Amino acid sequence: MDDISKNLKKIDDNTYEVPIGYRPGMRVPGRIFVSSSLREMVEPGTIDQVANVATLPGIVKYSMAMPDAHLGYGFPIGGVAAFREEDGIISPGGVGFDINCGVRLLRSDLEAGAVQPRINLLLDALFQAVPSGLGATGRLHATDAQLTEAFLSGAKWAVEEGYGFEADLTHCEESGHMAGADPAQVSVKARKRGRPQLGTLGSGNHFLEIQRVEEIYDEAVAKKFGLFKGQITIMIHCGSRGAGHQICTDHLDVLSRAVKKYNIAIPDKQLACAPLGSPEANHYFGGMVCAANYAWANRHIIAHWTREVFEKYLPGSKLDLVYDVAHNVAKIEEHEVDGKKERLYVHRKGATRAFGPSRREVPDAYRAVGQPVIIPGSMGTSSFVLCGCDRSSELTFGSACHGAGRIMSRSQAIKQFKGTDVKSALNMLGIVVKATSPGMLAEEAPQVYKPSGDVVDVVHNLGIATKVARMVPLGVSKG
Amino acid sequence: MRHKFEYLEHTADVMFRAYGSTQEEMLSHAASALFKTMVDPETIAARESWTVEIEAPDLESLAYQWLSEIVFLFETESAVFSTFIVRLTQVGAMPDETIKLHAEIGGERIDLNRHAFGTEVKAVTRHKFGIKKNDLWCIQVVLDV
Repeated sequence: MDDISKNLKKIDDNTYEVPIGYRPGMRVPGRIFVSSSLREMVEPGTIDQVANVATLPGIVKYSMAMPDAHLGYGFPIGGVAAFREEDGIISPGGVGFDINCGVRLLRSDLEAGAVQPRINLLLDALFQAVPSGLGATGRLHATDAQLTEAFLSGAKWAVEEGYGFEADLTHCEESGHMAGADPAQVSVKARKRGRPQLGTLGSGNHFLEIQRVEEIYDEAVAKKFGLFKGQITIMIHCGSRGAGHQICTDHLDVLSRAVKKYNIAIPDKQLACAPLGSPEANHYFGGMVCAANYAWANRHIIAHWTREVFEKYLPGSKLDLVYDVAHNVAKIEEHEVDGKKERLYVHRKGATRAFGPSRREVPDAYRAVGQPVIIPGSMGTSSFVLCGCDRSSELTFGSACHGAGRIMSRSQAIKQFKGTDVKSALNMLGIVVKATSPGMLAEEAPQVYKPSGDVVDVVHNLGIATKVARMVPLGVSKG
Repeated sequence: MRHKFEYLEHTADVMFRAYGSTQEEMLSHAASALFKTMVDPETIAARESWTVEIEAPDLESLAYQWLSEIVFLFETESAVFSTFIVRLTQVGAMPDETIKLHAEIGGERIDLNRHAFGTEVKAVTRHKFGIKKNDLWCIQVVLDV
């Protein structure tokens, strides 16, 4: 790998700048938030992608990359950028195909000791209850009218249908239903893909995991989040499935033509975009919100089935929602720019919102401390709960990392690891894994990701979000 | 022809180049490359066929829609595919006028006992997407997986 450090300007121990001029047409500098050891893992292509985003019209302050940044398409994974309403753009390249891929954390009232002996049983039951894997269809069989409702009101619709509780909604980003959905912008094809898949986990890096709280960093905040050492938690990682993928595909084709129509120079075709306020931009936003809401409904339904399994095997147990965050989404938010409040379209592609206590979007229960920021690890490594800080608004438009970040390609992983070996190595560590195919386990081997602890430390040290708890996996259900 | 298609290194996603002596052949090989990511073609028998018709303003948009259509068909038909026969017709005389694609796809319904599944393709991206003609036609594609 080339020495990239000469191209980057060190701002502080965890901040590196991609200067204007790194590539032609940059309107703002780039900012990559990494430690010196993580910086060495950032591929040159990722820096190029940070620079590419910096060329887009109406970008504010910096094109940013979180510490888990790696090569993506359009934006890098871990990319964050905000655009002014007056002269900015919206781009599916800053959201991704899996719109509102996100994570939900449920806390139980159980100690690990009560659950660990039954982990195989629970995992088998969860694997049955929550359809996963390639080509899986749901147990739900939603009608077209129900699908429209899911697009319009997300998790709120799921609650009305008897999945989960009203109280869960306030513990979701956007209360699990984002405003601005326009089902007219969802094609027949997207509906056809989305209808059978509502209530499915998917495959790839998506998972459902039984975890144990291993370490508490901040007792007071952990208490606010209802977390304690030795506690069993459940993490659900999935998104908007085929519906979101198709909505992005359809609009990407339209926006690819819009760049010609509006004469916008883009350095990467995946950065196809349209000026905010244009019909193309409005249509994409309306469709994207439908997918985001679908994803919240999806995670809500999966959480409901998880609760059913726990009720069956551990009667009387309680699973409460800590929080549910989106990783891939564009949102209208108010942020301070040069001392003035501005309405911005914040794109987060593989990045988590991390609002501090002063933001009104943080639910009442967490208002005194800040928003829970949930960072999943890879299969064998720790996941983290952090607490959003006000400094995030200043530094990153209120954003943090979203995971560990890949460092090895899937094809290389398949060459290097065998699914059965990965499984037995994890078993040795006391982690039970169920997956639809062994190849999937090789692709998702813990070694293909950056160490999640290092990534989280950068966010903590910058004061974007502070560490609250660390969870280790006990049982993982993969697609 | 040395390869019908080849996979290139990409950290998070799957990147490939597919070749052909004609545009049709290139598009057919690109479909094979895409599908091989998901299912081992050796495990698929072409017992049934599906027809695809696409119209687009240019070859690039046509190729993008064609590959996206295969992902769509896989999910909505619950089927796996192993043969792709592509025919193109130019509508009108101008080079930039509509191009029409007609394809016959051979495959069968998913059978989890027989079909060896790999990585789910979420979508076809436009990142580094491009078509070139040197000795052969060549398309470069990055898949979101």
